[in-house]
Formats: sequence, structure tokens, C-alpha cells
Amino acid sequence: MKDRYANRKYILIALVLVAAAILISRLFYIQIVDKTYRVSAANNALRPITQYPARGLIYDRNGKLIVYNQAAYDLLVIPFQTSSFDTARFNEILGINMRDFRGRMKAAIKYSRRAPSVFMKMISSETYGALQEELYKFPGFYVQARTLRKYTRPVGAHLLGYVGEVDDKLISRDKYYRSGDYIGTSGIEKSYEEQLRGRKGVNILLVDVHNNVKGSYAGGRYDTTSIPGVNLWSTIDLDLQQYGEKLMRNKTGSIVAIEPSTGEILALVSSPSYNPSLLVGRVRSDNFARLQADTVKPLFDRALMASYPPGSTFKIMNGLIGLQEGVIRSSTLFGCNNGYHAGSITVGCHSHSSPNDLPHAVMMSCNAWFCNAFRYILENKNYSAIGEAFDHWRDYLVAFGFGNKLGIDLPNELAGNIPTRSYYDRYYGKDRWKALTVISLAIGQGEIGATPLQMANMAAVIANRGSFFIPHVVKKIGDKGAPSSLYTQKYITGISLQNFEPLIEGMEWAVNGGPGATARGARLDSIIICGKTGTAQNPHGKDHAIFVAFAPKDNPQIAIAVYVENAGFGSTFAAPIASLMIEEYLTGRIKRKYLEDYVFNLVIKPDAKE
Amino acid sequence: MQKNSNILSRIDWVTVMLWAVMMIMGWLNIYAAVYNENHTSIFDLSQRYGKQLLWIVAAIVLAVFVIVTDNKLYFFFAWFIYGFFILLLLLVLVVGKEINGARAWFEIGPFSIQPSEFAKFATGLALASFLNSRRQVNEFKVMAPATAIIIAPVILIALQPDMGSVVTYFAFFIVLFREGMSIYVFISVILAVVLFLLTLIFGTVPVALGIIAVSFIVLAIVSGYLTTLKALGVMAVTGGVSFLAGHYLLGLETGFIIVLAIVLAGAVFGWYTYRHKLKNPAVIYAFLLCGLLYLFTVDYAFHEILKPHQQDRINIMMGLDEDPYGEGYNLNQSLISVGSGGFTGKGYLNGTQTKFKFVPEQSTDFIFCTVGEEWGFLGSTVVIGLFVWLLIRLVVLAERQRTIFIRAYGYGVFALFLVHFFVNIGMTIGVMPVIGIPLPFFSYGGSSLWGFTILLFVFIRLDAGRTEYLG
Repeated sequence: MKDRYANRKYILIALVLVAAAILISRLFYIQIVDKTYRVSAANNALRPITQYPARGLIYDRNGKLIVYNQAAYDLLVIPFQTSSFDTARFNEILGINMRDFRGRMKAAIKYSRRAPSVFMKMISSETYGALQEELYKFPGFYVQARTLRKYTRPVGAHLLGYVGEVDDKLISRDKYYRSGDYIGTSGIEKSYEEQLRGRKGVNILLVDVHNNVKGSYAGGRYDTTSIPGVNLWSTIDLDLQQYGEKLMRNKTGSIVAIEPSTGEILALVSSPSYNPSLLVGRVRSDNFARLQADTVKPLFDRALMASYPPGSTFKIMNGLIGLQEGVIRSSTLFGCNNGYHAGSITVGCHSHSSPNDLPHAVMMSCNAWFCNAFRYILENKNYSAIGEAFDHWRDYLVAFGFGNKLGIDLPNELAGNIPTRSYYDRYYGKDRWKALTVISLAIGQGEIGATPLQMANMAAVIANRGSFFIPHVVKKIGDKGAPSSLYTQKYITGISLQNFEPLIEGMEWAVNGGPGATARGARLDSIIICGKTGTAQNPHGKDHAIFVAFAPKDNPQIAIAVYVENAGFGSTFAAPIASLMIEEYLTGRIKRKYLEDYVFNLVIKPDAKE
Repeated sequence: MQKNSNILSRIDWVTVMLWAVMMIMGWLNIYAAVYNENHTSIFDLSQRYGKQLLWIVAAIVLAVFVIVTDNKLYFFFAWFIYGFFILLLLLVLVVGKEINGARAWFEIGPFSIQPSEFAKFATGLALASFLNSRRQVNEFKVMAPATAIIIAPVILIALQPDMGSVVTYFAFFIVLFREGMSIYVFISVILAVVLFLLTLIFGTVPVALGIIAVSFIVLAIVSGYLTTLKALGVMAVTGGVSFLAGHYLLGLETGFIIVLAIVLAGAVFGWYTYRHKLKNPAVIYAFLLCGLLYLFTVDYAFHEILKPHQQDRINIMMGLDEDPYGEGYNLNQSLISVGSGGFTGKGYLNGTQTKFKFVPEQSTDFIFCTVGEEWGFLGSTVVIGLFVWLLIRLVVLAERQRTIFIRAYGYGVFALFLVHFFVNIGMTIGVMPVIGIPLPFFSYGGSSLWGFTILLFVFIRLDAGRTEYLG
């Protein structure tokens, strides 16, 4: 058989080979080169279900529960599984309207048709109960349990902080967090986030195309169990904290109380405050916006973040430094003629007996005495120049924790300010300034700034006669835990023990002394309180009242700093508050009901003109 | 008895072995595709793998039946068989059962039978029988009836409508090519397919401009730039004038004006080339005109004749439409299945895509997903290798025939398997549009398995008796 076209068989074989080559090269590309299909397959069939651990509880120093958890429920939806259902009933249960429903559904669909997304966050247990009974009628919806913070008392908002949702920035920075996770955003919740949060677990489930769970992926080999958060024991005395907040109601300011022997903070009050429950759950964002817009700034933690000139309370520091430097003695007498006069400079003083030694100068808070003493400190002949003397003066303050962050275990602590020699060199010219130029530092005014926490720490150092532990709010991490080693290290200030005695004597007299004593409002019959008043000059309005104290005089149990903004002289308002706090803490009951009522009923309107 | 053993020794056992291996592999993959922990017995007739086992047993019986039949029967009754199936295709349009929008099935008791699967072997026989006595295939008087034999079942199947099966019947042109069809016609067909795809991807206008550009470049090469410039000038003036006239004076529709302008420009150009006795420009203009007319036809066919879901499928294959949960869902899930298989695959019965039913139609048209996901690149290559082996074996068998009848039939078998193999796997991995046709011997379904088995074994039977005189 003659066949002219026999060679065409090669074309046809070539056709087969080309077809096979096309298919194999395409297979090579999608199966070996391109890895995205593997990810897609995992996304299709693997459904990681996060197990959220309960957040650690927070107790007070006496084991009283402060913060615990309550169950909350997120309602999730997988849009493609939903079918027509009684939306009217559904909306009725959730308390939303049709427009709201459509909006939420649209958002869910926009996120993904097949992946679950949150339809409604943190529904209450009551709503959950009602919904659970009828959930079978609403295909595609299911509920995931979460925990929300709950507080035993409406106190300690600044101290405890709040828990918020992680933002995208953090998610990209920290691999632990996923969208929708909660994280401590301020206070203890933030600084102890890692301990409190525990560890999330994950169950990887296999799901089929209908989203039915078909079992555990790889026999659960890649599953992890969640680890509950660690409980914390705070140093806070919950009763004292609550009492402090009550005393500060209708006033602006703060109270910091420290146990001097350990540095444990007993109470950390900032006023105005808010009920911490306001920043929990679904109401958080609305309330947060409201609190943030409030002109009295309830979110602002004044105890750590407000820096004031310490005023007359700072005289203690200059007294201590003068004694330590040997430029004055306890018995040194300085006269006061209604103030300090040197050349053109006058620092006024109130009317009191004169001349005085150091304890009496502290008792009467004599400006002239401390201006003289401060001049002696800076004009010390042991040093070549005023700058060198100033450096030494500043070093003592830094050793007390001024001018730097103390390192409390709470976020956003302010450093305060102690001016440096170079600051004045810059301002006045090198060596163009002298003691008189910066004389306001003698009485705690001028460029100096300290936080209430730093002032309370100063009181603790005096109570300890020269040493301190960094103030902290958590004493035990976990059942058998201890505080961080940062807080068990003793800091020495470099002021000798005996140099504290004249100042403590002066502080004792200021509270318990006879005529001229500046803080008699703080006097307590049963316990010797040592204290010092102060007034922080406020360029924006009425001055702020300050009182620092510790008690009892021997073997002190509590050191305290009280700030009342726009209250004028420290003796009037700050001293009674400190006194009541000390009485409450040391005796457990208040005898002076008249004083308590006086403070409770006191309303001081903030008078800031900014 | 003597005759039977005789036949057994002359059967091409390589092909039989390939058939058996593919059927077994197919069944294993169907088992995986419909695998369900609750029904693991392989004989469970409520499950597809159970039924497929039944179809396989029946296919073996059919194969034996075909082998023991006298081979002369297929030669002498070729037209009768063809006529019978044409009749069935007519009948199914009347009494057929509609499944997935196509009236393509006879329902006999619990079974459904698809006559278009069997009509393939009948068409192959009829075409082979027709070509057997003809020597000059490229003549019109041969080409026309041959085309008619192919087109008759195509029209009936298009009426069902089952566009997937329609596509496969065009495979028979490969038979005509082997038997002497003009290579220009063959190239034109391939060119038409390429232009069709280009039009769908880039749109009518860019491809039209491309054709015009190519035409003039060719003209410039063949006849020099001066002629080209003159031709361009003549065409531009005529076309431009007629376009402006049509648009402003007559207010005709834009598409129509363009066609009119081209035809008029062509007429003037034809007269011009005739006057100057230029041959090349005329040929090239003819090409240009045909190309453009074809383009508009494709455009019209695509938008007016194809159904929206068919348009969508072609669009998705061309990457023109990204919609993972719409029409592209099949292809997308299919790609994920195959792509996630990697080099060695996830292991038998371990494919998450397969096991959890992410791919629709996985046991039928998308059975290759299971291969790709669970057996990986290695397994996929083995399957492709088996098909290549079978196809080349078919060429070898066809070429050793002494009669045109058996050779043409053999190439018919070859062509059908080639198209099914390439289009089916191609659509699974996204190099072809999603056309619902089965992968021979792999896809679930009695009709397709039996249809392919008969198709193949008739050829094996004819090959076994190749030395006998058919008459």
C-alpha cells in the first residue's frame, strides 16, 4: 500500500509529546515552584481554634481579691454558612436593629466568606443565655468564650490599668498576638502582661468543605494547651487604697503611701479617677473616648506622671545635704526678718520667732534659714567653684531618686527634673551664676520638678534614715513567687544616720509642736507622725498643697506624700488627708470623725487656666 | 477454540495492560476522592467506588465480548452502527433525562447511559469506512462528506447541549490530516484556534490591529516598501472616506462601518492590484480580510452563542476573571489540590483537599486532582507517562495496518484519547478552559468507561485480525 502521508505520523507523535510537555511543565510549576497552593490548602482544611487562657488574678497585700475574670462571649459568623433565618428574632435577642445587622454582616463578608469573623464582640452572659437556646436556628453563627476583667471594688483604676485589644502595630511587632487578642494597656495589666496573660493554646482541626469538623489535624501533634495566667499579689492595701480614693473625691491630686522598710506601695491614688469597670468589654471604647475628652483628665495618673515643684518639703533635702557636707550644724542659728534679704534679692517668709536652729527652722518652715543654708552649700570652700558644689548637691538628690525615673513596676513613670550645672551654664553663661541666682532651689521652687511618687520615696528614705528600696506595686508573682530582684536591692543615699535626727525632730515638731508648728492639722494623739508641709507654686492658678510624712517616728510603718491641687497651703488640706491615711493604716479605724467628714465634704474645684 | 487461542496470541497485550493499569489506578483515585470514614468497604454499592467496581467488571466483560466478536462485523456494519447511534442521539433529545442542563442521558432503571460516549466509536468506524475507499482526501468531494460524518453527531450533541463532548469530536480532523488532508487547512484550523484564544484574551480590536500590522509587514518584506506605502495609501484613503461617510452621512453603527470601510478599501485595493498586476498584495489582503471577518465571527460567537457560564469558564482559564467563589471556584480549588501535592504528594487518602471535598466533581471530571494532591508531581508524571505510552502505542499499531480502514479507525481512537487526555488534565491545572469531559479510564462513570473500552478494544480486535482480509 502506497502511502504518501506516512511521515505525518511524526507530526502526530510530536503533538503528543508537546501536549505532555505542556502538562508536565505546568505541573512542575504549580507543584514544585509555586508554594502558594500549599498555603491555600492549609487555609482550606485547617482551622486553628485558639484556646484563650484565663488572665491571672490580682490580690492585695492581705490576700483580698482585687481583679478576677468573668466569662464573656464573642459571637462569630461564617457568612457562607448562613441561610435565611428569622433575623427579626435574632436582632431582638442581640438588641440590634436591621441596619446594624446589615452593617455587621457586610463587614463579615468583606473580611471573608469562608473564615469566621466576629459578628458581635463580648456579649453578656444574659444575652448569651438567650442566644444559646436558639442558636440552632441561626446557621453559620457560633459563640467563642473569652474572659473579661471584673473588679471587686471600683477602685485602683490607674494602678491596675485596663485590658484592651491589640492594635495592628503591635501585631506586626510581637508574634504572640493575633488580631482580636487582648493585652494589658496600662497599669499593672501592662507591666505584668507577660505573667498575667498566660499562654494561648491552639487546637488545629480539620474541616471539610461544609466547615464540618472532621477531627484533629495530625492526631493533635501540633496542638498546644493553653497555660493560665499567673496570679499576682500586689503590695497595695485595698482598704487603704479605697479610703484614699474616698478622701480625694472632689479634689484633684494624688496620694502615694509606701512601706519604708520594703518599698512596697500601700496606696497609689490619683484623683479624679474612674471606675475600672468602665473600661471593660463592649463599653470600653465609648467610655474611653468619653474619659479622654473629660477636661479634668481622669485617665491621667498624677501619682506617677505629674511633676510639681516640691516647695517647702524640699527644705528637708537641703537640710540633710548641708549637714552631710558639714557646712551647717543642727545648732546653726539663722535669723529671719520676714524673709531672706541679700542685696536686691528677697525671699519672703511668714512671721515667726527668730533666730532658729535647724529643727525649729523645719518646724516653722523658715525660708530665710534654708536660703542661708543653701548658700553655704553652694559656696562651700572645699570645692573649687560653685559648679562643683552644685554637682555634689545634685548627686545627693539623684541618690534619693530625684531627677530620674525611680523604676516602679508601672508604665509611664515621669523622671521629674533636677537642673544640672550645665543647664545653668547654658542659661546664664559658664560660671556666670552664683548661689543667689538659683536661691529659689533652697525652698523647692524654680526649675525643680518631682512626682508625688518621688516625694513619697523621699519620705520613706527619711523614715529609714538613709536607705530605700525602689517603690513597687507587686510583691509576689505566682503562689510561690517573689518580686523582681530589682525591688529587693537596698539603695543607700550617702547621708549619715545621725544627720537625719535633727530633721526628723523638726518634722515631729511641725506636726506635734507648739506655736509656729506648720502641720498641726496632721496631729494624731496615739501615734507620732513626722511631716513637712509644702506649697507648689502654680503659675496657672491657685497653688498646690503638699504634705510628706511618715509614722510612727520610731520603727516607721508608712511613708506618705499627699498632693491636693489648687488647695493653697499644704497644712490646710494635704496634712489632714495624710493624717487620716496614717490613722486608717496603722489603727484600722478613724477616731476623728469630724476631720474625716470635713475632708469628705471638701470640694476643691480645679482652677487651672491653661 | 483453535480460533480463540489464535486471537489471544495476536492481541496487543501492551495496550491491554495499559488499559488495565489505568482502570485500576482510576478506581484507587475514585476511592480516595469519595473516601469517607463511615463507608470504607470497597463493595459498598451506595458509594461511587463500589459502583465503579461494578462498571469495571462490566467493562472487562465488554472487552472480552469485543475480542471474541468477528472483526469483519465492525467493517461491514460500520454504517449500521453509525446510523444506530445517530438515531439514539436523536432519541435522547426527545426522551432523554436532563442532568445539569443537558438532555444527554437515557435513564434505564437505576442506570443512566450517555449515548454520546458510544457514538464516538461509531463515528470513528464510519469515518474509517468512508476513507477506506478514498485516495485523495484533500479533494473537496472527499473532505465534504468526511466532515459531514463528523459534524452530524456534533450538531445533535450541541443540541443537548453538551459542549464538552462537541469539542472532542473535532479530534477526528486529526484522522483526516493523517489520511492526506491539505496541510494548509490543518494550519488554518490551528491558526483559527490561536486567533480565537488571542481574541478572548486581548479583545477584538487589538488583534485586528495586530493582523493588519502583520499583513503589511509581510507585504513590505515580500513586495518592498514602495508597494506597501502605495497599498497603505490606497486603503487608508478608501477606508477613511467610507468610514467618515458612513458615520456622518449615513449614521451607521460603528462596527458595521468598520467592516464596510474594510470591504470597500479592499475592493479599491483589489482593482488597484489588478491594474498593476500585483499578486502578493492580493494574497495578503485576502488573508487580512479573512482574518478580520473571522475575528468578528469569534466575537459574535463568544458573546451571542456561548452561554454565560461557558464564557465565564473561558474567561477564568484566560486569567480574565478572578473570582475564587464564583465560576472560578472549581479551577481554583483544583489548582490548590494539585499544587499542594508537591513533589511526592500527601500520600494516599491523605489529601485534605480531596478528603474534605473542596473540589466539586472530583470523582468525574476533576479526578486528576486526586492524583496531583495525593501522588504529587511524581504520580502525575507517571499518569501522563502512561497516556503518552498508550498514545504512541496506538500510533505504532495504526501504522502497522495494511488497510486504511483499520489505520483510520486507530487514528480516531488515538485522536479522541489525545484530546480527552490533554483537555481534561489541562483544565484541571489551568492551561485549558474548564470543559466537562472525562479522563479516559480514570473518571468515574459507566458510560465513559464502557465507551472508551469499546473504542479501544474494537481497535485491539481489528489489529489482532489485521492479517485477515476484510473485503
